[in-house]
Amino acid sequence: MTSTLLLVQLLNGLQFGVLLFLVSAGLTLVFGVMDFINLAHGVQYMLGAYLAASLGTVFGSFWIGLALALPLSLAIGLALEWLVFRHLYDRDHLSQVLATFGVILTLDEATRAIWGSAPLNVPQPAGLSGGIMLTPALGYPAWRLAIIGAGLVVAPLLWWLVERTRAGMLVRAGSTHRAIVSALGVDIGRLFTLVFAIGAMLAGFAGALAGPVYAVAPGMGDTVLILAFVVIVIGGVGSIRGAVIASLLVGLVDTLGRALLPDLLRLVLAPAAARQTGAALASMLVYVAMAAFLCLRPAGLFPVRRA
Amino acid sequence: MHRRTLLGATAAATLAGLAPRTGRAQGGAAGVKIAFMATLSGPGAALGTHMRDGWLTAMGQLGNKLGGVPAETLIIDDELKPESAVTKARAAIERDKVDFVVGLVFSNILGAIARPVTESQTFLISANAGPSPLAGRGCNPFFFATSYQNDQNHATMGQVAQEEGYKRVFVLVPNYQAGKDAVAGFRSRFKGEIVDEVYVPLGQLDFAAELAKIADAKPDALFTFMPGALGVNLVRQYHQAGLGRIPVLSTFTVDESTLPAQGDAALGFFTASDWAPDLPGERNAQFVKAFEAAHNYIPASYAAHAYDTAFLLDAALQARGGNLADKHALRSALETVKFPSVRPSFKFGKNHFPVQDFYLCKVGKRPDGKFETEIVRKVLTNDVDAYAAECRMPA
Repeated sequence: MTSTLLLVQLLNGLQFGVLLFLVSAGLTLVFGVMDFINLAHGVQYMLGAYLAASLGTVFGSFWIGLALALPLSLAIGLALEWLVFRHLYDRDHLSQVLATFGVILTLDEATRAIWGSAPLNVPQPAGLSGGIMLTPALGYPAWRLAIIGAGLVVAPLLWWLVERTRAGMLVRAGSTHRAIVSALGVDIGRLFTLVFAIGAMLAGFAGALAGPVYAVAPGMGDTVLILAFVVIVIGGVGSIRGAVIASLLVGLVDTLGRALLPDLLRLVLAPAAARQTGAALASMLVYVAMAAFLCLRPAGLFPVRRA
Repeated sequence: MHRRTLLGATAAATLAGLAPRTGRAQGGAAGVKIAFMATLSGPGAALGTHMRDGWLTAMGQLGNKLGGVPAETLIIDDELKPESAVTKARAAIERDKVDFVVGLVFSNILGAIARPVTESQTFLISANAGPSPLAGRGCNPFFFATSYQNDQNHATMGQVAQEEGYKRVFVLVPNYQAGKDAVAGFRSRFKGEIVDEVYVPLGQLDFAAELAKIADAKPDALFTFMPGALGVNLVRQYHQAGLGRIPVLSTFTVDESTLPAQGDAALGFFTASDWAPDLPGERNAQFVKAFEAAHNYIPASYAAHAYDTAFLLDAALQARGGNLADKHALRSALETVKFPSVRPSFKFGKNHFPVQDFYLCKVGKRPDGKFETEIVRKVLTNDVDAYAAECRMPA
């Protein structure tokens, strides 16, 4: 393993982590602030990818598709909140899980009915579709660098929004002292709707970014959703800072595990066995890490204090 | 009041008595019933859709008759769940009294229903899945495959790598049985060095780690088997990573079911198949044209095999004069009857798998901008699968 290869794998892990962060940021806010389990968050990621891909195809440019997908994802988030989720806030977690799981099934099938079950063709982002040569021998896809860049912009922005603005202060206050905040004349319902819509938009944004790299197909949100839950368990429910650290951690552990484990095991096992066990272990590694964190820090890396 | 209730009840009873009788008239003794089972929901649905549309194209051309007998098709979704497939297949046989079960995209579904279906002496015809147990020791008088034995496509690619003189080949497959079979099939004919074998989990999103390894290893070629969405991810990312100069020998990775999503990124990828849309022959050209006119997309091999299956049944029933009762004679008809196949050389071997030619194909762009696999050259002629020798087919 050369140092350039290691560098490439680090970038890969970083890029995967950024994508996970964009999905889990919304999930962690909704779960932590509103105490609402939204399994349908992955569907919003999928819809973002579908909207960006099909609008991009219609207008002949990925960038137009991306720009249009953001407000549309926001609108879909608002619509879902108004139609379904709003009625679930006061229910227990089991009802929330059941209802949002129903939303997954419904929207997955609706996607299939509208776009078909074959993966969608996605227009490549003009100007960033090729590779950038890191060294004369090793290239790196430009679009993946752009995804990392997007994460570097969104993460501080979100942190600033939650920690430093008036709206963010109300959201934080509302999560711990709901009754008092509303007694002070703040419309908690509207605040939560806002949080929800922003979360949905971030998931849609992540989906749109993922489109040129991953297959845009029905059910694409389900795998991401599971990893996003791993992220918020490790990072601490409701913490943006935790989501950032944990997504990068999950992204790096997953990628480096897949890259290095089979080679490391070859030192102690026969090559054929090392390949098979290495591949199996690497796909488990993220969950092993989560189990370890649950043992050592059950509330996550950055637990949000509760009243 | 009382009389009216009584009258109503009598009428209802009469209707209820009539209903099964009309049902039988349509699809019972006078007709032939086919259970068409394929994966029509979930991640594998695109393949099942190709297969179903191929079958429906054929049935449309045959005027919904097989060998002159009115035919009724029950379309069944196996949901890619073996237990659900078994339940539905049993229901089709016991309740609907179907004469044939056809379709079958995935080998694990076929493996699950093979025994219950063939034990009920119902003919089972696979239009895609071709697992080795059913080709070898487990060959069955009631089972036919109009597609191939799974290993044959991989072996064809092994032969290609050997003939091209590649010395070092990198292997990338998913970590499950079919992935391991792919490597075995490839190795059966490729004698050069395998630089590295990498196994990825099914449902992997990101191939970045593996692609970096490939770039680092600088092999002469990459052999890969990545069905469905896995293939879409890999092809797109392969292109983005700038690995275009390393040739890709693939199986079930680029075909007409995934090419609409892969687009330009798949241009130049190689694949091995027994069929391609541009396979020479009047019969095939007609099929592709009719399919596109009816369904507005280019058929993949799944559609072609389903289409052939319908015409096989048509010819066999024609030869038997529509007699479904004599199963032994019907089986002989299926084994030997000549039907107009879209493939130039098609005949069944003694294990009821086709003995046919295999081709090296390459992804190309048609003048109308759509993508398809195009034949480069014939690699194997009248290839018999590796398991046929183990089959002791009862007479």
